[in-house]
Amino acid sequence: MDLLIFQAPILMVQASLDGILLGILFALIAYGMALQWGVMNIINIAQGDLVILGGYIAYTMYLVGIHPAWGVIVSPIIMYFVGWALYKLVINKVVDRDLFISILATFGIAIVFQQLMNFVFGADVVVAQSEYGTTMLFDNSVTLPNSKIFAAFISVIYAIGLVIYMRRSRLGRAIRATAQNARAAKILGVDTEKVYAATFGINAALCGVAGALISITLTLHPYVGLPYTVRSFMIVIVAGLGNLPAVALSGMGLGLFEEFADYILGTEFRIGAVFMLLVFILVYRRFKLSKKREYLK
Amino acid sequence: MNAIKQKDLILYSGLIILGLVAPFLFSAFKVQLTYLCVLIVLAMTWNLQGGEMGYNSFGNILFYGLGMYLTASVQVGMFFPLAEWTESGGEKTFVHTTAQYFQGIGVGLLVAAIVPTIVAGAIGYAILGLRGHYFAICTLGLGIAAGEIAGGIEIIGAGQGFTTPPFPAEIVDPEARGQFFYFLSFLVLVLAFVFVKYIYGSRFRLILNAIRDNEDKAEAMGIQTMKYKIVGWMCSAFFCGLAGGIMGGLIGYIDSTDVAFDGREMGVFMVLMAILGGKGTLWGPVIGATLFHFFKEGLWTFILGWQYVALGVLIVVIVVYFPEGLMGWLREKYPDRFGEVIDEKDRKAQVEIK
Repeated sequence: MDLLIFQAPILMVQASLDGILLGILFALIAYGMALQWGVMNIINIAQGDLVILGGYIAYTMYLVGIHPAWGVIVSPIIMYFVGWALYKLVINKVVDRDLFISILATFGIAIVFQQLMNFVFGADVVVAQSEYGTTMLFDNSVTLPNSKIFAAFISVIYAIGLVIYMRRSRLGRAIRATAQNARAAKILGVDTEKVYAATFGINAALCGVAGALISITLTLHPYVGLPYTVRSFMIVIVAGLGNLPAVALSGMGLGLFEEFADYILGTEFRIGAVFMLLVFILVYRRFKLSKKREYLK
Repeated sequence: MNAIKQKDLILYSGLIILGLVAPFLFSAFKVQLTYLCVLIVLAMTWNLQGGEMGYNSFGNILFYGLGMYLTASVQVGMFFPLAEWTESGGEKTFVHTTAQYFQGIGVGLLVAAIVPTIVAGAIGYAILGLRGHYFAICTLGLGIAAGEIAGGIEIIGAGQGFTTPPFPAEIVDPEARGQFFYFLSFLVLVLAFVFVKYIYGSRFRLILNAIRDNEDKAEAMGIQTMKYKIVGWMCSAFFCGLAGGIMGGLIGYIDSTDVAFDGREMGVFMVLMAILGGKGTLWGPVIGATLFHFFKEGLWTFILGWQYVALGVLIVVIVVYFPEGLMGWLREKYPDRFGEVIDEKDRKAQVEIK
């Protein structure tokens, strides 16, 4: 195994670049999860399925004949309303409840989404061709699809845009106030119900962007949502809520881990490795905290 | 007191007689009845640590799948080389004799019960230190990781699946297979019920409840919570392994993610059934599983293709509108019918405190 890493430097550069670019994309999804986790105290298992749905929106555009890259603008707009509707239908009833209730309820939503996507788009693995070509580096030994660079670039733009929006806009300030103390915000005249709906919508919109990017860089399939949920969950628990640089860094770290796991263990163990990493991270944090007689809260 | 016990005795003997004659009365539904028994066992044992201990696990499917693979592997591996068996797939190059089959499944079920219990004990210390939703997500990850990893291991069939030994051909009676698995599952169900019933009357249950209600306080009272949490999880794992072993034999084919580590179906079902019936009650999971099974079987055939949508909607509706479950609802409505002496005192004490 070690031999593979040291004797194949090209492979290593390739895997590192892939991992970092992919990681930025994961970080964008995780940012959405951190946002709604922090504000509404809900763990959304359907996060990954919102991503995939966003991807299918871009894919539909591709089928119609529009360039799928426009999906990064159209998909978040549609997904915002999907998220908003989801909030009004289900999520508003579980906001103040036990976290386990929200996990199970969003799990149910995830199953519904998966199945509906399966009906509408079929169970085939699909990809929207962006036809951006590839960049060759180091004497054509490292290939880098331009779509991946494009995806990372768009992710960064959206993340920065959202940070500015959260700092400057009225709604952004209302969201941050609600995250700090919902009751106090309510007393001071913030319509928390509206803020929650907007937060969930923004989260869904971010998922939409990420999904549109995934549709041109990776592949789409109705049932691959859960790994994205787990990835973003992992990034959030490593980085903490509301710490954007840490989210970006741990996203890249996860991307790197995945690419190397893919090369070293084999593709069939890739998803398994992601889930095992989740277990290891949680157990590691648990032992570290238990030395101080604390636990993950 | 005596009268209640006599009433219970009539109820239990009635249920046992019903269970014993059911496969002959409804002989067309033997497989369904076996499913029902397994579902009840899963719901009841999930309830033991999800409802009583407050550790909501999505990962008991890990033990179920482990039991399934272990039973089949032992059953094959005792007599034939396992690798060649899985490689030959559907074409049967090896045939179990009747004696071999029953020996194999007996030993296999024993292993399927013991190994998951040991696994639960081994990982329990690390995993059960997590609380609340971290525990839930971690166990969810474990269950799915197990499925993904099992799908990559060659010797147990990898992605192609693993065909379990077919029922011996020497037994010509076509009813025999169904009856064998039904009575096996019924035996496990009775065992599980007696065990859970015993726990419900013991100090152990009170400790589990203390952990659920406030773990820090329970620890401050001098209860070694970790020890009891692990034992509670091991109890669950024991029966999950057995149930998995039986299901493996019944289905006859093991796929890593669709049959064994089937988090999307079985893994959710057991949580849902316990919640539907009412978490933290003895009869809740039994009633919940029975209702769920009838509902599912009715629904599955009528709305073929839409069953998962219905399942998802069902989960949302149950969780959002009936988080207390049927028994919880009944208890709220007719509190005096639930005349467990300890509960009554508890409730009064709580009212006084309020």
